[in-house]
Amino acid sequence: MDLLSNLALGFGVAFTLQNLFYAFFGAVLGTLIGVLPGLGPVATIAMLLPSIYALDATPALIMLAGIYYGAQYGGSTTAILINVPGESSSVVTAIDGYQMARKGRAGPALAAAGLGSFFAGCVGTIIIAAFAPPLTELAFKFGPAEYFSLMVLGLIGAVVLASGSLIKAIGMILLGLLLGQINTDVISGVPRFSFDIPELTDGIGFVAIAMGVFGFGEIIANLSRPAEHREVFTKDVKGLWPTRQDFKDAWPAVVRGTALGSILGVLPGGGALLSSFAAYTVEKKVRGRADEVPFGQGNIRGVAGPEAANNAGAQTSFIPMLTLGIPPNAVMALMVGAMTIKGIQPGPQVMTSNPELFWGLIASMWVGNAMLIVLNLPLIGVWIKLLTVPYRFLFPAIMAFCCIGLYTLNNNNFDVYMAAGFGVVGYLFYKLGCEPAPLLLGFILGPMMEENLRRALLLSRGDWSTFVTKPLSAGLLIAAVLMVVLVSLPTIKNKREVAFKEED
Amino acid sequence: MKIKSQKDFWSGLMFVVAGLGFAAGATNYTFGTSARPGPGYFPFGLGILLALLGALVLFKSLSVEADRGDPVGAIAWKPMGLIVLSVAVFGAVLPRLGLFLALPILICIASLAGDEFKLKEVVFNSVVLTLGSWAVFIKGLALVIPLWPAFMAG
Repeated sequence: MDLLSNLALGFGVAFTLQNLFYAFFGAVLGTLIGVLPGLGPVATIAMLLPSIYALDATPALIMLAGIYYGAQYGGSTTAILINVPGESSSVVTAIDGYQMARKGRAGPALAAAGLGSFFAGCVGTIIIAAFAPPLTELAFKFGPAEYFSLMVLGLIGAVVLASGSLIKAIGMILLGLLLGQINTDVISGVPRFSFDIPELTDGIGFVAIAMGVFGFGEIIANLSRPAEHREVFTKDVKGLWPTRQDFKDAWPAVVRGTALGSILGVLPGGGALLSSFAAYTVEKKVRGRADEVPFGQGNIRGVAGPEAANNAGAQTSFIPMLTLGIPPNAVMALMVGAMTIKGIQPGPQVMTSNPELFWGLIASMWVGNAMLIVLNLPLIGVWIKLLTVPYRFLFPAIMAFCCIGLYTLNNNNFDVYMAAGFGVVGYLFYKLGCEPAPLLLGFILGPMMEENLRRALLLSRGDWSTFVTKPLSAGLLIAAVLMVVLVSLPTIKNKREVAFKEED
Repeated sequence: MKIKSQKDFWSGLMFVVAGLGFAAGATNYTFGTSARPGPGYFPFGLGILLALLGALVLFKSLSVEADRGDPVGAIAWKPMGLIVLSVAVFGAVLPRLGLFLALPILICIASLAGDEFKLKEVVFNSVVLTLGSWAVFIKGLALVIPLWPAFMAG
């Protein structure tokens, strides 16, 4: 059988001492930088690119892949513990994960995230091995119109999970999309909204916005409240391990998240990110136990589902990269760069011309995931100890790490100033009851959305109906409209408001 | 006209201003046509959309009764000012004075924003965090950050 012999070849490559070492090294490094807010995998991989000249192609890519999923995992850890998503795809994890941590259930949240990710990673690996060729054909069917509609659907999904007013959430998305417009126009090369500041022609850094709004804004909001009302954690930590009930609640969510993530991850353009948002939306729609904790207040399904989805998505997003040579995100773009450094032309021929690289990489993903779980489950106790540190020690530490991370992004102080500004903006959002998560998603998807919109219009000669006449695109848009209608229905609206009610 | 929801009123205003601002800025760039959209096409459309949405939020804030007027509440100027100041100062002094001075400065200013400021604790915090950052970022990750003031290193 093809699949088995391919996997056997892959594991043969992955289980050499050298490759095991690089997978482990990558996973450790990835977790470390993921836990440190602000120092993302992109920066780290970029820093390490020169050093891979010395390595062979296979160990080099295995190590980079390890950094990628290690950082994904570490990013969730900070999302849960201090509400700073280390990675864009863990923005959703922060919603319920942080609430769980505040209630003394950081252990179960971290364990659910870890075990969910591991399960998703295993499934993702098998899916890549089995479906890489046919799934590639599906991705071929996506033109710019379909991408645009898919992103509309993704953004609407984000609205559904914002707390508070629906219109304000849509407003935040639009604001995010507009902030994403501060860049150099990809098609004409015109710098936009840069006010002649050279740093702005590359766009505002995602990290600067995330740290400013979520990190600094949150710190200001916390400090403005009297100490006893502060949004920190209960001192009594109830168990490091999920209870039997937690497992029962979480595993269907993990399975659903894995399925969603595996499918959405294949689509170039934001696999892990979109799938975590979609999984959260789905979990909210699925009826749970009658007495379960509402979403937004620390529901374990809200952690397990998106975590599984983003890990599955992270795995399957290798498919377009490995088979088409299209990088679906910045990390993959660097991986493509690394392949070219090693003289391998990314594209459909990699599977046949470098089978040991292709299958070795896939097998090493499973190995890396297994290493992560072994590495991280014992560390949960250590992470939880971090929470018992008083806030007056904690917030300067968060600020120190954030500031260093910001500075090292581009090795200049511009991002530091930007984040300081966005700290004020974040506090303003907090004061006005505007949820910042949709803003961030809009910001990330903005440039891609514009590019696809303009390409679709170019192709259709300015005919907007192209979005509804193409069946795939129409289907995605209909799904988006249905979501808005569902959420605005009076009965659901009331439930949603109850679910998001702040407990202050 | 009575404002029925303070929060919505100000967020609506924010959306309108931001939307119009971006739309106005977009007029500096070629708009193009639908068949050949220029660099101003997308931001202009988005800006107008945001302004309209903001107007809707404004309208709602003046017409729909909200819970006790939904007040915005007092603005915490002190923490906000100090936190932002500490970050900005850090950005300004790091390239000149280096990490070993910039980090304690950041931590001291930021700690003033808290409601319990104990000098001993802040000094302890500064030392631990500075050494920790040095170990992790400089030794561990080999990041290139200036460590000492420029005149000493030179």
